[in-house]
Amino acid sequence: MNRYVIIGGGVAAVGCIEGIRKADTEGSITLISGEKKTVYCRPLISYYLQGKTDFEKMKYRSDEFYEKNNCKLVYDTAVSIDKDAKTVTVSSGEKIPYDKLCVATGSSPFVPPFTGLDNVSAKFSFMTEDDAAEIEKAVDENSRVLIVGAGLIGLKCAEGLCGRVKSITVCDLAERVLSSILDEPCAKLMQNVLEENGISFMLGDSAEKFDADKAYMKSGAVVDFDVLILAVGVRANVSLVKEIGGETERGIIIDEKMKTSVEDIYAVGDCSQGVNALTGQKNVLALLPNAVMQGETAGQNMAGADTVFDKGVPMNAIGFFGYHALTAGIYEGEMTEEKTDDSVKRLFVKDNRLVGFMLLGDIERAGIYTSLIREKTPLDTIDAEAIKISPSLLPFSLKYRKIKLGGSKS
Amino acid sequence: MKRVYVNEEWCLGCHLCEYNCAFANSGLSDMVKALKDKEIYPRIHVEEDNKIKYAVSCRHCDDPLCVKSCIAGAITKDENGTVKIDTDKCVHCYTCILVCPVGAVSHNENGAAMKCELCLENSCGSPACASGCPNKAIVYEERE
Amino acid sequence: MGIEFIYPEFEVVRNQNRCIGCRVCERQCANEVHTYDADGKVIISDDAKCVNCQRCVSLCPTRAIKIVKSDCRMRENANWADDTIKEIYKQANSGGVLLSSMGNPKPFPVYWDKILINASQVTNPPIDPLREPMETKVFLGKKPDSIERDENGKLINNLSPQLKLELPVMFSAMSYGSISYNAHKSLALAAQQLGIYYNTGEGGLHEDFYVYGENTIVQVASGRFGVHDDYLNAGAAVEIKMGQGAKPGIGGHLPGTKIVGDVSHTRMIPEGSDAISPAPHHDIYSIEDLRQLVYSLKEATQYKKPVIVKVAAVHNIAAIASGIARSGADIIAIDGFRGGTGAAPTRIRDNVGIPIELALAACDQRLREEGIRNQVSLVVGGSIRSASDVVKAIALGADACYVATAALLAMGCHLCRTCQTGKCNWGIATQNPELVKRLNPEIGSQRLVNLMTAWGHEIKELMGGMGINSIETLRGNRLMLRGINLTEKELEILGISHAGE
Repeated sequence: MNRYVIIGGGVAAVGCIEGIRKADTEGSITLISGEKKTVYCRPLISYYLQGKTDFEKMKYRSDEFYEKNNCKLVYDTAVSIDKDAKTVTVSSGEKIPYDKLCVATGSSPFVPPFTGLDNVSAKFSFMTEDDAAEIEKAVDENSRVLIVGAGLIGLKCAEGLCGRVKSITVCDLAERVLSSILDEPCAKLMQNVLEENGISFMLGDSAEKFDADKAYMKSGAVVDFDVLILAVGVRANVSLVKEIGGETERGIIIDEKMKTSVEDIYAVGDCSQGVNALTGQKNVLALLPNAVMQGETAGQNMAGADTVFDKGVPMNAIGFFGYHALTAGIYEGEMTEEKTDDSVKRLFVKDNRLVGFMLLGDIERAGIYTSLIREKTPLDTIDAEAIKISPSLLPFSLKYRKIKLGGSKS
Repeated sequence: MKRVYVNEEWCLGCHLCEYNCAFANSGLSDMVKALKDKEIYPRIHVEEDNKIKYAVSCRHCDDPLCVKSCIAGAITKDENGTVKIDTDKCVHCYTCILVCPVGAVSHNENGAAMKCELCLENSCGSPACASGCPNKAIVYEERE
Repeated sequence: MGIEFIYPEFEVVRNQNRCIGCRVCERQCANEVHTYDADGKVIISDDAKCVNCQRCVSLCPTRAIKIVKSDCRMRENANWADDTIKEIYKQANSGGVLLSSMGNPKPFPVYWDKILINASQVTNPPIDPLREPMETKVFLGKKPDSIERDENGKLINNLSPQLKLELPVMFSAMSYGSISYNAHKSLALAAQQLGIYYNTGEGGLHEDFYVYGENTIVQVASGRFGVHDDYLNAGAAVEIKMGQGAKPGIGGHLPGTKIVGDVSHTRMIPEGSDAISPAPHHDIYSIEDLRQLVYSLKEATQYKKPVIVKVAAVHNIAAIASGIARSGADIIAIDGFRGGTGAAPTRIRDNVGIPIELALAACDQRLREEGIRNQVSLVVGGSIRSASDVVKAIALGADACYVATAALLAMGCHLCRTCQTGKCNWGIATQNPELVKRLNPEIGSQRLVNLMTAWGHEIKELMGGMGINSIETLRGNRLMLRGINLTEKELEILGISHAGE
């Protein structure tokens, strides 16, 4: 009977458990979770602040999930792996033996070494339910909130706090919001939406130095705040694997079967660095769907199956105040744009393939574009001009539709 | 499992499926009361040009991307294979819209993600689009 | 407008309280009656374009539409009826022959409705068809004069080729061209499933339908469209069309606009050319000429297939039938003056020919008197509307009935009688691909099968009531019929007694 051990209790681990159980209903599964709680939807913490959900609803799986899958929970932190003895040591000192190990340790907030940061008592990261709960306690209607970082996490936090605090200022060294997923014009559109809802921005500028309730900006400006939220970025938690000589870069390097360079050790989710299907290069694709699918693939392979996950592409669905941006792929090649008063669509075509898109406002049927990217559909096999105007199945062949909709096998 | 299949050859582009769907999921017993003077949010939609017409609704994929992608754990595939959305858990992020390869997910009037759930839990009991299709362009059946 | 204006015949009544603006009516009307008015967010209707085909009525999900006859009429006049006056206007406007579709709608007597069927009571008790076997199978074709045996006393098979019908009903001729591909396919599928026959009409046989050949009667008409060796041999029987009940004495005319694509190919005529069937067969001016064609077709089909000669019911029909029987035909099909058509001159349709009931009775009687009734089977058509019409026809002497209008109705036809426009909203009498697809043959054939199955049950019930368990026993059994409200002469021709006798 195989002994499976998973380090990390996030959604990648859930994928892994489900993957294992697809192939092996017998083997023992031990899950080591440092967060000491059952799995929840991490990206939902901003919705928690907004009051749109609660911790009960945020559970990613029911409480019975672990029991149903015969999975033992160890609420402790893994401190080291012995790859020869094939054990994981947790902080209590216990050594947990494994035949197959999956590292799903996720990422941690990256806090730059700002001068005077220690002077700030009300400072928070925004990664976990605990963070959200603490922020909620720390703010009131008179709070002035400074968020450092205008990325996905910082802005979702800003949206979450909007309406419950006096003011929100977001600063970022980058010249635009959401710089990792939106280009300048699209970012501007999204910034407008946020500004219309009372959020202030200081872009191309960042804090250099902190007092207890003051941030001194590069530009010379001084921002008074009551609550500071640091959302500069995250770093993959790679140390467990790095320490035993496993190959790591920004994340733990994995192949298409989710294997690390260490025998019988797999890595999935935000801590891993797997292949980006579009570039062939290995990137950290810290996205929930990716984590689940990687986890599932790893689980199946750990249990003896032979599957690959080679469809990992960057993609994001993000919305603020009801205005949505869906993006996927890479922004290279020839760009075409469709625009209306309140929507933008930018498509990127390279070598007869759709490689990326940004949709803002009108996001209907965006998955058809994503599918073109994931499946690397040659655009000359469909009516490329028609699909650029509107995503639908009309530009595809009758045969394709018969397979997709009509139940035809081929 | 029994699924909704589309026979494009017979689709007339009449859009009745959309209205039957909206009515079936309205919770009301009278179509006029349910749909008159209202914008409808059907879970099936007709795509058409001058020649081609067909309806698209959730395929209840064997390996559904929406289920795996939902950041709220709000989309599940039940033991019968039906993919369902728990609108109460949905936070309107639209990752499901981003990943559905046939464009079958949309949203309801409140913004929650929405798609065909085969009318299994509304008063119809089986897909209203199929039973109301005047030309058998939409059928609900078990196939190998 | 002005003097040429004719007030619309129908009015579209939309219940705005029920209309949900789904625009199904707009999308489904090929006549473009309904349009969505975006400003007022309502659908408006142009009554003048409405033909009352009821497509919108049938598809409206909230029953918000009805079509009513306009009450804007001419001043009442028993002699100059509203329709009569309007026909005058139309002709004064156009100078043309008026065209109509489907059967004669005028209030001529329907003899089926003046004939009553018997039922057994104390003696010769009725039979319960649910408990006892009932035979509705019939064989059409020439029956031998006598049984022949060889020197060992064994039967010699001297039987001519026969058509075997599970029910005494067949789908009568409707050409591919006058009706759509899907309508033809529906008929073919249904005929196959029911164990009966459908008829190609004069449009040839689409290559896709050769597979249904065992249930197909192929027609040879005066235009000879689509006739070739493979065609003749594809079917189970060959029918020579001499005439049609809806338009006796004239030919046919399918406008070039309908001769498109496969229709042109199947008819073997160029696209866009009018398909004109002459009034006469140019090689038939006598029974002897007819005999030549009958035997040419038998020769072409190796004497393996019965030959049917179809004529319209006209004056002296009995003598005509006698002649046909002597021409070598195996089956005579007689089409009464209420029979349908895709297009006919209105005056002809409404004034030429005679009722099928009288023609049938006269022919059966005459053939018996001449001792040649066994040489031919009699098939009658021209508005057979129900199982009781079938039973009455059989009792008057028919071997089987042809139905077409009833079949069209089963496929969705709403008898709006504007087939000639080619804009059939039910996908039947049209070649417009967008309209043709409205008739899914899976549905069409199933409805035809349903209808005939229902008739089958009713025929058995009526037979059982009469104490008859085989349709063969009913044939020509006029004692089972009584007339009501009929004159002595009518009763004499029908060969039946009056009710109460």
